[in-house]
Amino acid sequence: MAQVVLDKLVKRYGDAPPTVKEVSLTVNDGEFLVLVGPSGCGKSTTLRMIAGLEEITAGELRIGERRVNEVHPKDRDIAMVFQSYALYPHMTVRENMAFGLKMRGMPKSEIDVRVDEAAKMLDLEHLLDRKPKAMSGGQRQRVAMGRAIVRRAPVFLFDEPLSNLDAKLRVQMRAEIARLHQKLKMTVVYVTHDQTEAMTLADRIAVMHAGILQQLATPLELYEKPANRFVAGFIGSPSMNFCEAAAGKDGVLAFGVRLPLPERLGSFSGSCVAGVRPEHFVEEPAEGRVAVPVVVELVEPLGSETYLTCTCTDEKATRIIARVGPRCPVKDGDKFTLYVDPKRLYLFAPGDNGPAL
Amino acid sequence: MSTSPELLASPAASETPVARPGKWKESLPGLARHGFLIVFTGLTLWPVMWVLKMAFEPGQDFAFSISPIPSTISFENFARLIGKTDNAGNWVFARQALNSFVIALSSSLLGILFAATAAYAFSRFKFPGRRAGLLAFLATQMFPGTMMMIPLYLLLNYLGLLDTRLGLVLVYSTTSVPFSVWMLKGYFDTIPKELEEAALIDGASQTRIFWQIVLPLSAPAIAVTFLFSFMSAWNEYILAAKFMDSELHYTLPVVVNSAIDAKSVRWGDFAAGAVFVSAPIVALFLALQRYIVGGLTAGGVKG
Repeated sequence: MAQVVLDKLVKRYGDAPPTVKEVSLTVNDGEFLVLVGPSGCGKSTTLRMIAGLEEITAGELRIGERRVNEVHPKDRDIAMVFQSYALYPHMTVRENMAFGLKMRGMPKSEIDVRVDEAAKMLDLEHLLDRKPKAMSGGQRQRVAMGRAIVRRAPVFLFDEPLSNLDAKLRVQMRAEIARLHQKLKMTVVYVTHDQTEAMTLADRIAVMHAGILQQLATPLELYEKPANRFVAGFIGSPSMNFCEAAAGKDGVLAFGVRLPLPERLGSFSGSCVAGVRPEHFVEEPAEGRVAVPVVVELVEPLGSETYLTCTCTDEKATRIIARVGPRCPVKDGDKFTLYVDPKRLYLFAPGDNGPAL
Repeated sequence: MSTSPELLASPAASETPVARPGKWKESLPGLARHGFLIVFTGLTLWPVMWVLKMAFEPGQDFAFSISPIPSTISFENFARLIGKTDNAGNWVFARQALNSFVIALSSSLLGILFAATAAYAFSRFKFPGRRAGLLAFLATQMFPGTMMMIPLYLLLNYLGLLDTRLGLVLVYSTTSVPFSVWMLKGYFDTIPKELEEAALIDGASQTRIFWQIVLPLSAPAIAVTFLFSFMSAWNEYILAAKFMDSELHYTLPVVVNSAIDAKSVRWGDFAAGAVFVSAPIVALFLALQRYIVGGLTAGGVKG
């Protein structure tokens, strides 16, 4: 197995501003690292640089102990699963899975053993003689994974592998990928824009935005201690509610109410951005919780919970979403009171991507 | 709202097509369209049928009626065409047919080999002169082929390849390259890059990717390009007539045209030759029909 080290990796196309700006991170041996971020954030480009499909403009990439910047993709000890599966349409499943081994001059008997083993692992044994066009999306995805597995490469790269699947199949395949990682213990770099995938699969998550690594942390750490406003808004569903706020001696004026300043901020004063996650606006009062009067605009019952879109009583009538219990007795247009625990308040420096205070 | 008696009629009655008023009116544009198409198909097929009639009717009998249906069927013209001998009395037809076949086949294969490799480079690699090269290929298609006759003649003369099969193969294969490159490049562009990237990671070299991934996936485009190259080489007359001197080296279009000389025109022989030359192309078209439709529409829809 191997660790992957990205040391100030830069990717620039022509004279345009860099797509990836000095990204540095280490994927530990056997770790499942997810690169997540919105479209165009540079996550796929970073993955493609690791794979050797994009030239590295500056910085260094090491796989194991070896610098691989100039190493051909085939010699990097990596296997990759593509979003579009990239199965060879004119070859059967067996031929698809065997192709990489054949290219490496492995004897046929050993190829057969490896392909059969991977097919068994992925429940593909009955499909080995089929061509990709005669298979469903989920089956194709499994073949794509099988093709990577037979290689027994120490590093696996996944480029949005579940994006083309329907919601139900995505959940199944997600579990399958997690199971495979547990079994094979390979080092994984997994790119996705889906934060649920990121949170459920990752040992650690690297959040990217505008070509810059915003935060590298465990899923829970990202959720609880976001480094900046972007990460806070990106992780969590529905995303965090933000409100322009003013902090002073007597607390923070935000969401139309005055909230006590978190202890760690001491005597901070000035303008900032306040953030509260939807699940932290609750319907029941309790000791220490502050009442936030709102007007309900829209009630969206989801069965297990209900989303309330409300407007606050501040000047700007800030719109927030609250995630409350399934039987919350409100309807559109109602005046209602939500409660928030001030410990759940996040403060960020002003601006679109202010750092956490 | 009042209910008209027609609406109260049983559904079965209303479903009978002839019972519906206005049906004729509705189908009039359709009828007109079909009539127009039938007339035009007839006009298109008339000369073809006349050629068939001329080929199968003995002597000059075909001239007696305007009907394209032959009054008698005879293989006299074909026999004369096939049994043709040269001035020394040697039977040369088989050799001439073989010339046509070998030249068309080799020039198409060679042309496709050049074109496919070039098209792949144009489709996948970025290099200086890429755009200029493609435009230059396009520009060559804007001039009539006969314009190149004199330079080609001089070149072949210089290389000592006049009146040889190899000379004609080289001429046909190179002149087919620009069209084939454009045709194949268009198709290669539609093959997802991820397939090649996957192969690259699997350890395949660029050459292997081309031969084992790209070419097998391009079978429809290759088939269509091959057919067009084969057809143009097989049918080509002007260059073959100028570059081939000895009767033994003639290709079929030159042989067919020899039925017309300064003294007489043997229409029967000419028509029989035309039928004989067209038959393999028709057969090839039918054999590759599946690919032709796929190949010509390729690129319009991905997948």
